[in-house]
Amino acid sequence: MNNIFKGSISKFLLATILVASNSSTFAAINVLACEPEWAALAKQLGGNHVVVNSATTALQDPHHIQARPRLISKARRADMLICSGAELEIGWLPILLKKSGNAKIQSQAIGHIMTADHVELLGKLEKVSRSMGDVHAAGNPHVHLDPRRMVLIADLVTQRLAQIDPDNSESYRNNNQSFKSDMTAMLERMKATVESLRNKRWVVHHNNWIYLNDWLGLQQIATLEPKPGVPPTTKHLAKLVSSLNENPVRAIAYGSYQPKKAANWLGKKTNTSVLALQYTVIDWEKPNAIVSWYESLITSLANALVP
Amino acid sequence: MKLHYQVACIATLCIFTSNVFAKEQQSNKFNPQLSVILDGRYASYDNDPEEYELPGFSLGGEAELPEEGFSLGHVELSASAEVDDKFHGKLTVAIAEHDGETEVELEEAYIETLGLGNGFTARAGRFFPSIGRVNGQHNHAWDFIDAPLVYQGLWGAKYIDDGLRLSFVAPTDIFLEVGIEGLAGSGFPAGGERSDGIGSKVLFLNLGDDFNISSSWQVGLSYHQADVIDRESGGHGHGGDEGEEEIPAFSGDSKTIGLNAVYKWSPNGNPKNRHFILQAEYFQRDEDGEVILEGSDPLEATSINGDQSGFYVQGIYKFAPHWRAGIRFDRLDSDNTGSDIDVLEEAGLLNEGIKPTRYSVMTEWVPSEFSRIRLQYSRDESSENEESQWFLQFTTSLGAHGAHIF
Repeated sequence: MNNIFKGSISKFLLATILVASNSSTFAAINVLACEPEWAALAKQLGGNHVVVNSATTALQDPHHIQARPRLISKARRADMLICSGAELEIGWLPILLKKSGNAKIQSQAIGHIMTADHVELLGKLEKVSRSMGDVHAAGNPHVHLDPRRMVLIADLVTQRLAQIDPDNSESYRNNNQSFKSDMTAMLERMKATVESLRNKRWVVHHNNWIYLNDWLGLQQIATLEPKPGVPPTTKHLAKLVSSLNENPVRAIAYGSYQPKKAANWLGKKTNTSVLALQYTVIDWEKPNAIVSWYESLITSLANALVP
Repeated sequence: MKLHYQVACIATLCIFTSNVFAKEQQSNKFNPQLSVILDGRYASYDNDPEEYELPGFSLGGEAELPEEGFSLGHVELSASAEVDDKFHGKLTVAIAEHDGETEVELEEAYIETLGLGNGFTARAGRFFPSIGRVNGQHNHAWDFIDAPLVYQGLWGAKYIDDGLRLSFVAPTDIFLEVGIEGLAGSGFPAGGERSDGIGSKVLFLNLGDDFNISSSWQVGLSYHQADVIDRESGGHGHGGDEGEEEIPAFSGDSKTIGLNAVYKWSPNGNPKNRHFILQAEYFQRDEDGEVILEGSDPLEATSINGDQSGFYVQGIYKFAPHWRAGIRFDRLDSDNTGSDIDVLEEAGLLNEGIKPTRYSVMTEWVPSEFSRIRLQYSRDESSENEESQWFLQFTTSLGAHGAHIF
């Protein structure tokens, strides 16, 4: 009697959890990505074996979101966490990790990937002071803007997926191979365009394009923010007007989540074209989202920067 | 895995041929994270703040007005670290000046599990029990200079206790958290003598989700129960005739239920430039026991059947990247009865026909996450001595500054 009772209770609980967790495939690996680019990568490599969620959209500033209840419940169920790291998510990710009660994604676990921990970083600072604005001592965290670093990260994610889900490791490796050949093919096709961008001068809103500069050889002359994370001030913009009038640049760019007001104002004052750039992958659920995004990034840069 | 690929080198883009972009070593993070919160303030009142009272409520803990004139508020020193891969530890010491004396108070000292698994988290030590939203925040993270009236009246501004918390987050799409706390019962409102076992316990439940990418909500329910022994609190202010003060002390059973809700909105989920927060909390307390007036001769005592409740509603709007403004409405209500009304009156536990009420507005300039200057005005109708209160507060944060909870 007692056992029957216990049995039906546990069945009921199991059913509740199954219904509530609402995952399409029960055995799928649940991945929580902090930013859309890592969601795209997880989807690319995991294919049908993963269920991916992104904590932010392309319209959100990943430095400054809130540790919302929905995100805690997503972290609770994740088998893998992929973030940029290097303090980018410091304002909210620690809360998700602590509150999730999930051992699989804690800092020492296989399911914990901070991509910036695994590639060479640019913009490391010897001395950090708060007066410098929103800077990251460990280096600039926006590593996804360089395909060379992206493929290294893809290898790492593939390896970790295979460790977490050995049954499908073959599939993850194949997906990684085709991802890399697609990338190579695209870069081969865009070779002339890529080379035309070398040494082109531009101004950006926030200093989150340095890996793109490094990859394409672009010259970033200034940022609209006087200091990282500090919104543009009239004083700083006025200074930029005079320096840009003396030494013109090809374009002023802002990212998808950044305000366009300052860029437009400066563009008008200095007669420079203004460029809205996709800082990250928008439709990360689409196949080949990353390669297509790099391609459109190169194309829009070339349209704006190359005469 | 060695990262070598035999892929054609594309002119300037030898993308897969070497691992020069791979990182050799992880950087050492400074351990532990240290932070200091400095809090300076200026306060102006119509009445003597020492005479402040909330008729029908016992003022315990740190329930009092900020000192008049210039003063130092709550200076917090805090150290936290991931002790190893299993535990996280935190220590917060608050330094405050009371009546010209510098007091050091241990606010938090706990260890907490990191990913115990299956949604469970355990915390042990001294911490802020999960009775409501404001209680979970450090004083520097409050949206106004002072705690809501219902916290002043029922929780001594802030409820701190020693014990153990076990919480569980359910594996559901919607955020569902339940938890239980067993506490020593050493702080107001449990207060007085520390129980040798569990003197106080808390049950809590939180539920939350997004409406869409721009807006999210959370509601919480809490239940607090304490076996109270000799809980002292501020009395009616006028003390004994010859300056000999009689201090009311309550012993008995105390039960409180709490309800809280918050709604947050920001354009596309970006709270950096514009952010709106609507928040409310309600508490209702039932107490049964005895109140004595310590220091009275002969000893005066009464039974008490207390019913005290209150709520606040506040709205905070960040209308520009560095500017926030907020309004808050507070109201309390009490109905305490007992065998000796005179003793209850002397203990400040009769409501005198007043429902303490307060209206507050504030605006603040926040140059960065690490500094803030706040101006606040409150119209306080807590007692028959209604008054206007003005506050100026400057808060800065030095060192590491951890993430804030939702």
